[in-house]
Amino acid sequence: MSASSENTGFRDTGSWAGPELVQALRERFGEGLRAQSEAFGEQEITIRREILPALARCLRDEHGFEMLLDLCGVDHLGQREERFEVVYHFYGLAANRRLRVCVPLSGDQPELPTLCGLWKAADWYEREAWDLYGIRFAGHPDPRRLLLYDAFVGHPLRKDYKMKARQPLIGPGSRHEEDASHV
Amino acid sequence: MSEHPGVPAAPGPRPTEMTLNMGPSHPTTHGIVRLKVQVQGEEITDCDLEIGYLHRGFEKMCENHPWNQCVVYVDRLNYVSPIINNVGYHMAVEKLLDLELPARGQWMRMLTSELMRVCDHQTCLAASCMELGAFTAFLYLIKGRDLIWEVLEKIVGARVTTSYTRVGGLALEPYEGMAEEILSLMPDLRDINTEIDKLMTDNRIFIDRTRGVGALDRATCLSYGFTGPVARAAGIEYDVRVQHPYMFYSQLDFDVPVCSNGDCYDRYLVRLREMEQSLRMVEQCLARMPRSGPVSVPDARVTLPEKELVYTRIESLMQHFKQHMWGHMLAPPPGAVYHAVEGGNGELGFYLVSTGAEQPWKVRCRPPCFGITQALKEMIIGRTIADVVPIFGSINMIGGELDR
Repeated sequence: MSASSENTGFRDTGSWAGPELVQALRERFGEGLRAQSEAFGEQEITIRREILPALARCLRDEHGFEMLLDLCGVDHLGQREERFEVVYHFYGLAANRRLRVCVPLSGDQPELPTLCGLWKAADWYEREAWDLYGIRFAGHPDPRRLLLYDAFVGHPLRKDYKMKARQPLIGPGSRHEEDASHV
Repeated sequence: MSEHPGVPAAPGPRPTEMTLNMGPSHPTTHGIVRLKVQVQGEEITDCDLEIGYLHRGFEKMCENHPWNQCVVYVDRLNYVSPIINNVGYHMAVEKLLDLELPARGQWMRMLTSELMRVCDHQTCLAASCMELGAFTAFLYLIKGRDLIWEVLEKIVGARVTTSYTRVGGLALEPYEGMAEEILSLMPDLRDINTEIDKLMTDNRIFIDRTRGVGALDRATCLSYGFTGPVARAAGIEYDVRVQHPYMFYSQLDFDVPVCSNGDCYDRYLVRLREMEQSLRMVEQCLARMPRSGPVSVPDARVTLPEKELVYTRIESLMQHFKQHMWGHMLAPPPGAVYHAVEGGNGELGFYLVSTGAEQPWKVRCRPPCFGITQALKEMIIGRTIADVVPIFGSINMIGGELDR
Protein backbone atom coordinates (compact mmCIF):
# COMPACT_ATOMS: atom_id res chain seq x y z
CA MET A 1 0.00 0.00 0.00
CA SER A 2 1.28 3.45 -0.81
CA ALA A 3 0.41 6.47 1.25
CA SER A 4 2.30 8.91 -0.92
CA SER A 5 2.00 9.90 -4.52
CA GLU A 6 5.79 9.94 -4.80
CA ASN A 7 6.74 6.39 -5.61
CA THR A 8 10.18 5.30 -4.47
CA GLY A 9 10.22 2.00 -6.28
CA PHE A 10 10.81 0.19 -3.02
CA ARG A 11 10.76 -3.20 -4.69
CA ASP A 12 13.44 -2.14 -7.13
CA THR A 13 15.97 -1.82 -4.32
CA GLY A 14 18.80 -4.17 -4.82
CA SER A 15 19.61 -5.24 -8.30
CA TRP A 16 19.32 -8.99 -8.66
CA ALA A 17 20.38 -11.43 -11.36
CA GLY A 18 17.85 -12.11 -14.08
CA PRO A 19 16.39 -15.40 -15.37
CA GLU A 20 19.01 -15.63 -18.14
CA LEU A 21 21.69 -16.41 -15.55
CA VAL A 22 19.58 -19.18 -14.05
CA GLN A 23 19.01 -20.54 -17.54
CA ALA A 24 22.75 -20.60 -18.20
CA LEU A 25 23.37 -22.34 -14.88
CA ARG A 26 20.64 -24.86 -15.58
CA GLU A 27 22.19 -25.77 -18.92
CA ARG A 28 25.54 -26.21 -17.24
CA PHE A 29 24.52 -28.04 -14.07
CA GLY A 30 21.22 -29.66 -15.07
CA GLU A 31 19.81 -31.65 -12.17
CA GLY A 32 22.17 -29.94 -9.73
CA LEU A 33 19.81 -26.99 -9.68
CA ARG A 34 16.85 -28.07 -7.61
CA ALA A 35 14.68 -25.00 -7.56
CA GLN A 36 14.53 -21.36 -8.46
CA SER A 37 12.50 -18.51 -7.03
CA GLU A 38 12.03 -14.82 -7.66
CA ALA A 39 9.96 -13.99 -4.60
CA PHE A 40 10.23 -10.33 -3.52
CA GLY A 41 12.20 -9.66 -6.69
CA GLU A 42 15.21 -11.57 -5.36
CA GLN A 43 16.82 -14.23 -7.51
CA GLU A 44 17.30 -17.36 -5.46
CA ILE A 45 18.44 -20.81 -6.53
CA THR A 46 18.46 -23.98 -4.49
CA ILE A 47 21.16 -26.45 -5.40
CA ARG A 48 22.45 -29.91 -4.53
CA ARG A 49 25.35 -29.93 -2.15
CA GLU A 50 27.63 -31.77 -4.59
CA ILE A 51 27.75 -29.02 -7.19
CA LEU A 52 28.52 -26.17 -4.77
CA PRO A 53 32.28 -25.78 -5.43
CA ALA A 54 31.87 -26.05 -9.20
CA LEU A 55 28.93 -23.67 -9.20
CA ALA A 56 30.73 -21.15 -7.02
CA ARG A 57 33.80 -21.26 -9.25
CA CYS A 58 31.61 -20.88 -12.33
CA LEU A 59 29.82 -17.89 -10.79
CA ARG A 60 33.10 -16.21 -9.88
CA ASP A 61 35.10 -16.89 -13.01
CA GLU A 62 32.48 -16.96 -15.76
CA HIS A 63 29.68 -14.73 -14.50
CA GLY A 64 31.63 -12.03 -12.67
CA PHE A 65 30.41 -12.66 -9.12
CA GLU A 66 33.56 -11.34 -7.49
CA MET A 67 32.22 -11.06 -3.97
CA LEU A 68 30.87 -13.49 -1.43
CA LEU A 69 28.92 -10.92 0.52
CA ASP A 70 27.33 -13.17 3.06
CA LEU A 71 27.13 -16.76 4.22
CA CYS A 72 24.91 -18.01 7.00
CA GLY A 73 23.28 -21.14 8.29
CA VAL A 74 19.56 -21.61 8.90
CA ASP A 75 17.95 -24.29 11.05
CA HIS A 76 14.53 -25.31 9.72
CA LEU A 77 13.79 -27.76 12.54
CA GLY A 78 10.16 -28.83 12.34
CA GLN A 79 9.62 -26.76 9.20
CA ARG A 80 11.30 -28.74 6.47
CA GLU A 81 12.44 -32.26 5.86
CA GLU A 82 16.03 -31.22 5.37
CA ARG A 83 16.81 -29.56 8.64
CA PHE A 84 19.70 -27.28 7.80
CA GLU A 85 20.41 -24.87 5.02
CA VAL A 86 23.42 -22.73 4.16
CA VAL A 87 22.57 -19.48 2.40
CA TYR A 88 25.16 -17.68 0.23
CA HIS A 89 24.78 -14.14 -1.10
CA PHE A 90 26.98 -13.45 -4.10
CA TYR A 91 27.49 -10.10 -5.73
CA GLY A 92 28.92 -9.11 -9.10
CA LEU A 93 30.28 -5.59 -9.12
CA ALA A 94 30.56 -4.95 -12.86
CA ALA A 95 27.12 -6.28 -13.74
CA ASN A 96 25.72 -4.98 -10.44
CA ARG A 97 23.67 -8.02 -9.57
CA ARG A 98 23.08 -10.18 -6.56
CA LEU A 99 22.33 -13.87 -6.38
CA ARG A 100 21.25 -16.01 -3.47
CA VAL A 101 22.24 -19.66 -3.42
CA CYS A 102 20.64 -22.01 -0.89
CA VAL A 103 22.09 -25.42 -0.09
CA PRO A 104 19.74 -27.64 1.96
CA LEU A 105 21.46 -30.23 4.17
CA SER A 106 19.88 -33.18 5.86
CA GLY A 107 20.77 -34.91 9.11
CA ASP A 108 22.07 -33.62 12.43
CA GLN A 109 25.71 -33.62 11.33
CA PRO A 110 25.52 -31.48 8.19
CA GLU A 111 28.62 -31.04 6.10
CA LEU A 112 29.45 -29.37 2.82
CA PRO A 113 32.63 -28.37 0.99
CA THR A 114 34.45 -25.19 1.94
CA LEU A 115 34.74 -22.17 -0.35
CA CYS A 116 37.89 -20.87 1.36
CA GLY A 117 39.93 -21.50 -1.77
CA LEU A 118 37.72 -19.20 -3.81
CA TRP A 119 37.00 -16.31 -1.46
CA LYS A 120 39.00 -15.31 1.59
CA ALA A 121 35.76 -14.07 3.15
CA ALA A 122 34.55 -17.67 3.42
CA ASP A 123 37.02 -18.43 6.22
CA TRP A 124 35.33 -16.56 9.08
CA TYR A 125 31.81 -16.98 7.73
CA GLU A 126 32.24 -20.75 7.70
CA ARG A 127 33.79 -20.76 11.16
CA GLU A 128 30.81 -18.77 12.39
CA ALA A 129 28.34 -21.20 10.79
CA TRP A 130 30.18 -24.09 12.45
CA ASP A 131 30.20 -22.27 15.78
CA LEU A 132 26.54 -21.28 15.86
CA TYR A 133 24.89 -24.08 13.85
CA GLY A 134 27.34 -26.99 13.92
CA ILE A 135 27.62 -27.12 10.15
CA ARG A 136 30.96 -28.59 9.08
CA PHE A 137 32.85 -27.30 6.08
CA ALA A 138 35.06 -30.04 4.72
CA GLY A 139 38.52 -28.83 3.80
CA HIS A 140 38.40 -25.68 5.92
CA PRO A 141 42.00 -24.81 6.87
CA ASP A 142 41.21 -23.66 10.41
CA PRO A 143 37.91 -25.14 11.62
CA ARG A 144 37.75 -23.59 15.09
CA ARG A 145 34.87 -21.81 16.76
CA LEU A 146 34.80 -18.09 16.02
CA LEU A 147 32.52 -16.16 18.37
CA LEU A 148 32.27 -18.61 21.25
CA TYR A 149 35.01 -20.21 23.30
CA ASP A 150 36.44 -23.69 22.89
CA ALA A 151 34.82 -25.06 26.05
CA PHE A 152 31.32 -24.11 24.89
CA VAL A 153 29.04 -27.12 24.50
CA GLY A 154 26.55 -27.21 21.64
CA HIS A 155 25.62 -24.77 18.90
CA PRO A 156 23.38 -22.00 20.21
CA LEU A 157 21.49 -20.99 17.07
CA ARG A 158 20.12 -24.48 16.60
CA LYS A 159 16.43 -24.34 17.31
CA ASP A 160 16.70 -27.11 19.92
CA TYR A 161 19.19 -25.06 21.94
CA LYS A 162 17.11 -23.43 24.68
CA MET A 163 17.30 -19.66 24.85
CA LYS A 164 17.88 -19.73 28.60
CA ALA A 165 20.40 -22.58 28.59
CA ARG A 166 23.42 -21.95 30.79
CA GLN A 167 27.01 -23.01 30.26
CA PRO A 168 29.61 -23.66 32.98
CA LEU A 169 31.64 -20.61 33.93
CA ILE A 170 35.16 -20.44 32.59
CA GLY A 171 38.08 -18.23 33.43
CA PRO A 172 39.78 -17.31 36.71
CA GLY A 173 38.33 -19.05 39.75
CA SER A 174 36.32 -21.59 37.80
CA ARG A 175 36.94 -25.30 37.51
CA HIS A 176 37.74 -24.89 33.86
CA GLU A 177 40.85 -22.89 34.72
CA GLU A 178 42.71 -25.95 35.99
CA ASP A 179 42.80 -27.67 32.63
CA ALA A 180 42.99 -24.50 30.59
CA SER A 181 45.73 -25.15 28.10
CA HIS A 182 45.06 -22.05 26.04
CA VAL A 183 46.34 -19.52 28.59
CA MET B 1 66.49 -8.34 9.36
CA SER B 2 63.55 -6.02 9.43
CA GLU B 3 62.61 -4.92 5.96
CA HIS B 4 60.59 -2.06 7.32
CA PRO B 5 62.13 1.29 6.34
CA GLY B 6 61.32 3.00 9.65
CA VAL B 7 63.05 0.39 11.77
CA PRO B 8 66.84 0.15 11.62
CA ALA B 9 68.28 -3.32 11.98
CA ALA B 10 69.59 -3.75 15.49
CA PRO B 11 73.19 -4.85 15.88
CA GLY B 12 73.96 -8.14 17.56
CA PRO B 13 72.21 -11.49 17.41
CA ARG B 14 68.78 -11.86 15.86
CA PRO B 15 66.13 -11.32 18.54
CA THR B 16 64.18 -14.38 19.47
CA GLU B 17 60.58 -14.71 18.58
CA MET B 18 58.04 -14.01 21.27
CA THR B 19 54.28 -14.01 21.64
CA LEU B 20 52.63 -10.78 22.59
CA ASN B 21 49.05 -10.37 23.70
CA MET B 22 47.32 -7.20 22.61
CA GLY B 23 43.92 -7.20 24.19
CA PRO B 24 41.23 -8.29 24.91
CA SER B 25 41.31 -5.06 26.86
CA HIS B 26 43.94 -2.83 25.33
CA PRO B 27 43.77 0.91 24.61
CA THR B 28 44.18 0.45 20.88
CA THR B 29 41.53 -2.23 20.57
CA HIS B 30 38.55 0.05 21.10
CA GLY B 31 36.00 -2.54 21.89
CA ILE B 32 37.26 -5.90 22.93
CA VAL B 33 39.31 -8.07 20.64
CA ARG B 34 42.39 -10.11 21.29
CA LEU B 35 45.39 -10.01 19.00
CA LYS B 36 47.91 -12.72 19.70
CA VAL B 37 50.92 -11.57 17.73
CA GLN B 38 54.22 -13.31 17.13
CA VAL B 39 56.99 -10.76 17.04
CA GLN B 40 60.59 -10.95 15.98
CA GLY B 41 61.97 -7.82 17.55
CA GLU B 42 59.51 -5.17 16.39
CA GLU B 43 58.32 -7.06 13.36
CA ILE B 44 55.09 -9.05 13.39
CA THR B 45 55.55 -12.48 11.88
CA ASP B 46 52.21 -14.06 12.67
CA CYS B 47 48.93 -13.13 14.27
CA ASP B 48 45.84 -14.82 15.58
CA LEU B 49 42.74 -12.75 16.04
CA GLU B 50 40.25 -13.76 18.68
CA ILE B 51 36.83 -12.14 18.53
CA GLY B 52 33.51 -12.82 20.19
CA TYR B 53 34.02 -10.99 23.48
CA LEU B 54 30.90 -8.93 22.78
CA HIS B 55 28.76 -11.81 21.50
CA ARG B 56 25.36 -11.36 23.10
CA GLY B 57 23.29 -13.78 21.05
CA PHE B 58 21.67 -11.10 18.90
CA GLU B 59 20.02 -13.59 16.55
CA LYS B 60 18.77 -15.84 19.32
CA MET B 61 17.15 -12.89 21.07
CA CYS B 62 15.48 -11.68 17.87
CA GLU B 63 14.14 -15.16 17.17
CA ASN B 64 12.33 -15.02 20.49
CA HIS B 65 10.82 -11.55 20.25
CA PRO B 66 8.04 -10.02 18.15
CA TRP B 67 9.05 -8.42 14.85
CA ASN B 68 8.53 -4.93 16.17
CA GLN B 69 10.52 -5.43 19.36
CA CYS B 70 13.80 -6.54 17.78
CA VAL B 71 14.65 -2.90 17.22
CA VAL B 72 16.34 -2.57 20.60
CA TYR B 73 18.72 -5.42 19.74
CA VAL B 74 19.39 -3.91 16.34
CA ASP B 75 20.47 -0.63 18.01
CA ARG B 76 23.26 -2.48 19.70
CA LEU B 77 24.85 -3.79 16.53
CA ASN B 78 26.70 -0.72 15.37
CA TYR B 79 26.21 1.53 18.37
CA VAL B 80 28.02 4.41 16.68
CA SER B 81 25.36 4.76 13.99
CA PRO B 82 22.33 2.94 15.45
CA ILE B 83 19.67 4.60 13.31
CA ILE B 84 21.15 3.13 10.13
CA ASN B 85 20.75 -0.30 11.76
CA ASN B 86 17.16 0.51 12.71
CA VAL B 87 16.37 1.60 9.16
CA GLY B 88 18.05 -1.42 7.59
CA TYR B 89 16.22 -3.93 9.74
CA HIS B 90 12.84 -2.31 9.36
CA MET B 91 13.16 -1.87 5.62
CA ALA B 92 13.75 -5.61 5.39
CA VAL B 93 10.64 -6.31 7.48
CA GLU B 94 8.65 -3.88 5.35
CA LYS B 95 9.83 -5.68 2.24
CA LEU B 96 8.33 -8.88 3.67
CA LEU B 97 5.09 -7.05 4.43
CA ASP B 98 5.04 -5.10 1.16
CA LEU B 99 4.67 -1.79 2.97
CA GLU B 100 5.78 1.57 1.70
CA LEU B 101 6.31 4.50 4.00
CA PRO B 102 4.79 7.96 3.46
CA ALA B 103 7.30 10.33 1.87
CA ARG B 104 7.90 12.30 5.05
CA GLY B 105 8.84 9.17 6.99
CA GLN B 106 11.30 8.12 4.31
CA TRP B 107 12.95 11.55 4.19
CA MET B 108 13.26 11.49 7.97
CA ARG B 109 14.90 8.08 7.82
CA MET B 110 17.38 9.34 5.24
CA LEU B 111 18.05 12.53 7.16
CA THR B 112 18.80 10.74 10.41
CA SER B 113 20.81 8.04 8.62
CA GLU B 114 23.09 10.66 7.09
CA LEU B 115 23.51 12.44 10.41
CA MET B 116 24.47 9.08 11.89
CA ARG B 117 26.99 8.47 9.14
CA VAL B 118 28.66 11.75 10.03
CA CYS B 119 28.77 10.63 13.68
CA ASP B 120 30.20 7.27 12.69
CA HIS B 121 33.02 8.78 10.62
CA GLN B 122 33.69 11.43 13.27
CA THR B 123 34.06 8.79 15.96
CA CYS B 124 36.31 6.63 13.81
CA LEU B 125 38.56 9.51 12.76
CA ALA B 126 38.61 10.94 16.29
CA ALA B 127 39.84 7.70 17.80
CA SER B 128 42.34 6.90 15.09
CA CYS B 129 43.82 10.43 15.11
CA MET B 130 44.07 10.45 18.89
CA GLU B 131 45.93 7.15 18.93
CA LEU B 132 48.53 8.71 16.67
CA GLY B 133 48.97 11.56 19.13
CA ALA B 134 46.57 14.09 17.60
CA PHE B 135 44.50 14.73 20.69
CA THR B 136 43.22 18.05 19.36
CA ALA B 137 41.59 16.34 16.41
CA PHE B 138 39.85 14.00 18.82
CA LEU B 139 38.40 16.87 20.83
CA TYR B 140 37.21 18.78 17.78
CA LEU B 141 35.52 15.74 16.25
CA ILE B 142 33.85 14.66 19.46
CA LYS B 143 32.58 18.20 19.90
CA GLY B 144 31.02 17.90 16.43
CA ARG B 145 29.48 14.58 17.29
CA ASP B 146 27.95 16.06 20.38
CA LEU B 147 26.33 18.84 18.34
CA ILE B 148 24.59 16.15 16.29
CA TRP B 149 23.72 14.08 19.34
CA GLU B 150 21.97 17.02 20.94
CA VAL B 151 19.65 17.39 17.97
CA LEU B 152 19.28 13.65 17.88
CA GLU B 153 18.24 13.63 21.48
CA LYS B 154 15.39 15.96 20.57
CA ILE B 155 14.35 13.93 17.52
CA VAL B 156 14.65 10.49 19.08
CA GLY B 157 14.72 10.95 22.84
CA ALA B 158 18.04 9.14 23.19
CA ARG B 159 21.67 9.70 22.34
CA VAL B 160 23.06 6.23 21.76
CA THR B 161 20.42 3.51 21.76
CA THR B 162 17.94 5.22 19.52
CA SER B 163 15.28 2.60 18.60
CA TYR B 164 13.96 5.26 16.28
CA THR B 165 12.12 3.32 13.62
CA ARG B 166 9.14 1.01 13.78
CA VAL B 167 7.74 -1.42 11.25
CA GLY B 168 5.98 0.89 8.82
CA GLY B 169 7.23 4.15 10.22
CA LEU B 170 8.95 6.04 12.97
CA ALA B 171 8.56 6.10 16.72
CA LEU B 172 8.09 9.87 16.85
CA GLU B 173 7.11 12.79 14.66
CA PRO B 174 9.87 15.32 13.98
CA TYR B 175 9.71 18.22 16.42
CA GLU B 176 8.81 21.79 15.62
CA GLY B 177 11.81 23.78 14.42
CA MET B 178 14.00 20.73 13.74
CA ALA B 179 14.97 21.79 10.22
CA GLU B 180 16.12 25.24 11.35
CA GLU B 181 18.11 23.79 14.22
CA ILE B 182 19.92 21.28 12.02
CA LEU B 183 20.64 23.92 9.39
CA SER B 184 22.10 26.18 12.06
CA LEU B 185 24.63 23.44 12.90
CA MET B 186 25.89 23.07 9.36
CA PRO B 187 28.50 25.88 9.48
CA ASP B 188 29.92 24.48 12.74
CA LEU B 189 30.09 20.94 11.40
CA ARG B 190 31.76 22.14 8.20
CA ASP B 191 34.23 24.20 10.22
CA ILE B 192 35.21 21.10 12.14
CA ASN B 193 35.82 19.20 8.90
CA THR B 194 37.98 22.07 7.66
CA GLU B 195 39.91 22.15 10.92
CA ILE B 196 40.54 18.42 10.75
CA ASP B 197 41.58 18.76 7.12
CA LYS B 198 44.08 21.47 8.08
CA LEU B 199 45.34 19.57 11.11
CA MET B 200 45.75 16.15 9.60
CA THR B 201 45.74 15.95 5.81
CA ASP B 202 49.18 17.52 5.30
CA ASN B 203 50.52 16.62 8.71
CA ARG B 204 53.98 15.09 8.36
CA ILE B 205 53.63 12.81 11.40
CA PHE B 206 50.18 11.61 10.33
CA ILE B 207 51.28 10.93 6.76
CA ASP B 208 54.37 9.01 7.92
CA ARG B 209 52.27 6.85 10.17
CA THR B 210 49.47 6.13 7.70
CA ARG B 211 50.60 6.34 4.08
CA GLY B 212 51.36 2.93 2.64
CA VAL B 213 50.40 1.33 5.96
CA GLY B 214 47.83 -1.46 6.01
CA ALA B 215 47.38 -1.34 2.25
CA LEU B 216 45.55 -4.15 0.50
CA ASP B 217 45.03 -4.29 -3.24
CA ARG B 218 41.65 -4.24 -4.94
CA ALA B 219 41.51 -7.97 -5.68
CA THR B 220 42.26 -8.93 -2.07
CA CYS B 221 39.63 -6.49 -0.83
CA LEU B 222 37.04 -8.03 -3.15
CA SER B 223 38.00 -11.51 -1.99
CA TYR B 224 37.43 -10.48 1.62
CA GLY B 225 34.10 -8.91 0.68
CA PHE B 226 35.08 -5.36 1.67
CA THR B 227 32.41 -2.70 1.32
CA GLY B 228 32.08 0.87 2.52
CA PRO B 229 34.87 3.43 3.08
CA VAL B 230 37.62 0.82 3.40
CA ALA B 231 36.68 -0.69 0.02
CA ARG B 232 36.34 2.72 -1.61
CA ALA B 233 39.80 3.64 -0.34
CA ALA B 234 41.09 0.69 -2.38
CA GLY B 235 39.34 1.81 -5.54
CA ILE B 236 36.21 -0.31 -5.33
CA GLU B 237 33.41 1.96 -6.44
CA TYR B 238 30.65 0.34 -4.48
CA ASP B 239 28.11 2.20 -2.42
CA VAL B 240 24.74 0.62 -1.68
CA ARG B 241 23.11 4.05 -1.99
CA VAL B 242 24.28 4.23 -5.61
CA GLN B 243 24.23 0.63 -6.82
CA HIS B 244 21.01 -0.37 -5.04
CA PRO B 245 19.30 2.93 -4.27
CA TYR B 246 16.64 2.72 -1.58
CA MET B 247 14.21 5.37 -0.34
CA PHE B 248 14.94 8.62 -2.23
CA TYR B 249 18.71 8.27 -2.56
CA SER B 250 18.49 8.12 -6.35
CA GLN B 251 17.04 11.64 -6.30
CA LEU B 252 19.85 13.17 -4.25
CA ASP B 253 22.90 14.90 -5.64
CA PHE B 254 26.04 13.50 -4.03
CA ASP B 255 29.46 12.13 -4.92
CA VAL B 256 31.05 8.91 -3.79
CA PRO B 257 34.68 9.63 -2.83
CA VAL B 258 37.04 6.94 -4.07
CA CYS B 259 40.81 6.60 -3.61
CA SER B 260 43.18 4.01 -5.00
CA ASN B 261 45.96 3.08 -2.57
CA GLY B 262 43.82 1.27 -0.01
CA ASP B 263 46.07 2.34 2.88
CA CYS B 264 45.19 3.99 6.18
CA TYR B 265 45.71 7.45 4.74
CA ASP B 266 43.23 6.87 1.93
CA ARG B 267 40.69 5.48 4.38
CA TYR B 268 41.04 8.69 6.34
CA LEU B 269 40.56 10.78 3.18
CA VAL B 270 37.48 8.82 2.10
CA ARG B 271 35.84 9.25 5.50
CA LEU B 272 36.64 12.94 5.66
CA ARG B 273 35.16 13.56 2.22
CA GLU B 274 32.14 11.40 2.91
CA MET B 275 31.25 13.54 5.90
CA GLU B 276 30.92 16.54 3.60
CA GLN B 277 28.77 14.51 1.20
CA SER B 278 26.53 13.41 4.05
CA LEU B 279 26.11 17.03 5.16
CA ARG B 280 25.10 17.91 1.60
CA MET B 281 22.54 15.11 1.70
CA VAL B 282 21.19 16.35 5.04
CA GLU B 283 20.59 19.77 3.51
CA GLN B 284 18.83 18.27 0.52
CA CYS B 285 16.67 16.07 2.75
CA LEU B 286 15.62 19.10 4.77
CA ALA B 287 14.83 21.11 1.64
CA ARG B 288 12.76 18.38 0.04
CA MET B 289 11.03 16.80 3.03
CA PRO B 290 7.31 17.61 3.33
CA ARG B 291 6.76 19.87 6.35
CA SER B 292 3.60 18.06 7.37
CA GLY B 293 1.93 14.74 6.89
CA PRO B 294 2.22 11.29 8.42
CA VAL B 295 5.56 9.56 9.03
CA SER B 296 4.07 6.08 9.43
CA VAL B 297 1.81 4.00 7.22
CA PRO B 298 -1.90 4.31 8.10
CA ASP B 299 -2.16 0.55 8.53
CA ALA B 300 -3.86 -0.76 11.66
CA ARG B 301 -1.74 -3.93 11.61
CA VAL B 302 1.52 -2.12 12.22
CA THR B 303 1.07 1.47 13.37
CA LEU B 304 -0.08 2.35 16.86
CA PRO B 305 -3.17 4.57 17.13
CA GLU B 306 -3.03 8.03 18.71
CA LYS B 307 -2.91 7.71 22.47
CA GLU B 308 -5.92 9.95 22.88
CA LEU B 309 -7.99 7.69 20.67
CA VAL B 310 -6.94 4.63 22.67
CA TYR B 311 -8.69 6.17 25.68
CA THR B 312 -11.79 7.33 23.84
CA ARG B 313 -12.56 4.84 21.05
CA ILE B 314 -13.04 1.10 21.35
CA GLU B 315 -11.55 0.40 17.88
CA SER B 316 -8.33 2.17 18.75
CA LEU B 317 -8.16 0.46 22.12
CA MET B 318 -8.50 -2.91 20.42
CA GLN B 319 -5.92 -1.97 17.82
CA HIS B 320 -3.48 -1.02 20.58
CA PHE B 321 -4.21 -4.22 22.49
CA LYS B 322 -3.80 -6.46 19.48
CA GLN B 323 -0.45 -5.00 18.61
CA HIS B 324 0.94 -5.88 22.01
CA MET B 325 -0.52 -9.29 22.87
CA TRP B 326 0.94 -12.62 21.77
CA GLY B 327 -1.49 -14.31 19.47
CA HIS B 328 -2.67 -11.08 17.88
CA MET B 329 0.50 -9.41 16.75
CA LEU B 330 2.04 -8.60 13.43
CA ALA B 331 2.91 -11.74 11.45
CA PRO B 332 4.51 -11.22 8.02
CA PRO B 333 3.81 -13.84 5.35
CA PRO B 334 6.26 -16.76 5.06
CA GLY B 335 9.33 -16.10 2.96
CA ALA B 336 12.88 -14.86 3.02
CA VAL B 337 14.22 -11.45 2.09
CA TYR B 338 17.61 -9.75 1.99
CA HIS B 339 17.77 -6.00 2.21
CA ALA B 340 20.91 -3.92 2.46
CA VAL B 341 21.58 -0.32 3.38
CA GLU B 342 24.85 1.58 3.38
CA GLY B 343 26.00 1.54 6.98
CA GLY B 344 28.88 3.50 8.45
CA ASN B 345 31.23 0.65 7.55
CA GLY B 346 29.66 -0.55 4.32
CA GLU B 347 26.91 -2.88 3.25
CA LEU B 348 24.71 -3.59 6.24
CA GLY B 349 22.44 -6.38 5.07
CA PHE B 350 19.59 -8.12 6.83
CA TYR B 351 18.49 -11.58 5.75
CA LEU B 352 15.16 -12.37 7.35
CA VAL B 353 13.28 -15.65 7.30
CA SER B 354 9.60 -15.64 8.22
CA THR B 355 7.44 -18.68 8.76
CA GLY B 356 4.33 -16.56 9.09
CA ALA B 357 4.73 -16.43 12.87
CA GLU B 358 4.72 -13.45 15.19
CA GLN B 359 8.45 -13.64 15.71
CA PRO B 360 11.19 -13.97 13.11
CA TRP B 361 12.48 -17.45 12.30
CA LYS B 362 15.85 -15.95 11.54
CA VAL B 363 17.37 -12.46 11.63
CA ARG B 364 20.76 -12.55 10.02
CA CYS B 365 22.79 -9.36 10.06
CA ARG B 366 25.59 -9.10 7.54
CA PRO B 367 28.04 -7.01 9.55
CA PRO B 368 30.09 -4.75 7.29
CA CYS B 369 33.23 -4.78 9.45
CA PHE B 370 33.36 -8.59 9.61
CA GLY B 371 35.40 -9.19 6.46
CA ILE B 372 37.50 -6.11 7.13
CA THR B 373 38.45 -7.28 10.62
CA GLN B 374 39.22 -10.72 9.24
CA ALA B 375 41.72 -9.09 6.90
CA LEU B 376 43.48 -7.37 9.81
CA LYS B 377 45.85 -10.32 10.06
CA GLU B 378 46.97 -9.90 6.49
CA MET B 379 47.35 -6.13 6.97
CA ILE B 380 49.66 -6.34 9.99
CA ILE B 381 51.91 -9.31 9.18
CA GLY B 382 55.30 -7.97 8.16
CA ARG B 383 54.65 -4.61 9.81
CA THR B 384 55.68 -3.39 13.23
CA ILE B 385 53.78 -3.26 16.51
CA ALA B 386 53.45 0.51 16.11
CA ASP B 387 51.66 0.02 12.78
CA VAL B 388 48.91 -1.99 14.44
CA VAL B 389 47.60 1.23 15.95
CA PRO B 390 46.78 3.19 12.75
CA ILE B 391 45.65 0.03 10.95
CA PHE B 392 43.27 -0.97 13.70
CA GLY B 393 41.93 2.57 13.89
CA SER B 394 41.33 2.79 10.16
CA ILE B 395 39.28 -0.39 9.79
CA ASN B 396 36.73 0.90 12.32
CA MET B 397 36.00 -2.39 14.01
CA ILE B 398 32.73 -2.11 15.91
CA GLY B 399 32.42 -4.88 18.47
CA GLY B 400 28.63 -4.79 18.50
CA GLU B 401 28.18 -5.65 14.85
CA LEU B 402 31.26 -7.84 14.61
CA ASP B 403 30.32 -10.18 17.47
CA ARG B 404 26.53 -9.63 17.50
